[in-house]
Amino acid sequence: MTHEALAANPASEILAGNRGVVADISGDKQAFHVPWGKAMMWIFLLSDTFIFSCFLLGYMTVRISTTVPWPNPSEVFALSFGGEPIPLILIAIMTFVLITSSGTMALAVNFGYRRNKKATVLLMLATALLGATFVSMQAFEWTKLIMDEGVRPWGNPMGAAQFGAAFFMITGFHGMHVSAGVIYLSVVAWRVGTGFYDRKKGGNYETVEIAGLYWHFVDLVWVFIFAFFYLW
Amino acid sequence: MAHAEGHQEHPLSIYFWIWGLLFMLSGFSYAVDYFHLEGMLRWSLILTFMFLKAGFIVAVFMHMAWERLALIYAILVPPLCLTVFISLMAVEGDYTFLTRLVAFGPAAEIIAPHH
Repeated sequence: MTHEALAANPASEILAGNRGVVADISGDKQAFHVPWGKAMMWIFLLSDTFIFSCFLLGYMTVRISTTVPWPNPSEVFALSFGGEPIPLILIAIMTFVLITSSGTMALAVNFGYRRNKKATVLLMLATALLGATFVSMQAFEWTKLIMDEGVRPWGNPMGAAQFGAAFFMITGFHGMHVSAGVIYLSVVAWRVGTGFYDRKKGGNYETVEIAGLYWHFVDLVWVFIFAFFYLW
Repeated sequence: MAHAEGHQEHPLSIYFWIWGLLFMLSGFSYAVDYFHLEGMLRWSLILTFMFLKAGFIVAVFMHMAWERLALIYAILVPPLCLTVFISLMAVEGDYTFLTRLVAFGPAAEIIAPHH
């Protein structure tokens, strides 16, 4: 192309160049033989894995390097129902709520592929409801820790000052993921229910599976938080 | 791994099985804390239950077991870099801990009395 023509239409030149970059990188063919939305969700979850790993690594490093005793999570998160305090009971209930929500989500995906619209919507709403329950319990836990135990990001009466920072950062970021998931699932459930995917995607419910991937990931992260932060 | 063209219809029973297993493994993890198991036994049990749970969630609930190998590698291999990162930070954390003991611990006065 001559210099004048380039100057006359630089936008299309850049566009053609970018297309070439994409074609070169992709070898002009599909790398993963799955729907693109699913491949992208997996890659997003991979990046999220690194974010959560960095938080847990930061927590590991401050916990190894502190000379002050770490507060015992088993006692900090104990809850009493009238009698003796039961260690970690709220966290155990939260864990079971999240696993149950993962189960209902797996079933929702399965019913989605069977084109059972009603079961899919109901199971997705049940999942969202369990997720909301989890976040509410976490809000209760945070309130108790801040108001009653005096835990702050910069210190606490029980031991190592880094406890609060690690706790609020890790569980806060996870809780944010759960909250976003509740909204995400509600939107997808709404679209399944109102026939959006029947009209726009020819009855393809793969979006349900993609939303399911995100939700199971949130459960997966909790497995690691439960082991490293609460049980360690 | 033969089929992975979007349609994944498995019998419902497999989900109920995994669901039950996850409940059971979570119960075991909680029991480790409840019965105050300590030392190597505690850590090995916690880590075993953790990796089993994570494996079941990824393989069955997230359908990874039925995906194509290219996708499995693309997602599961990069996190292996983290093992290097973890070892580096563990060494660094130990070093910081020892430095703090020397600088601020009971021995600090003997080593450097002016501080």
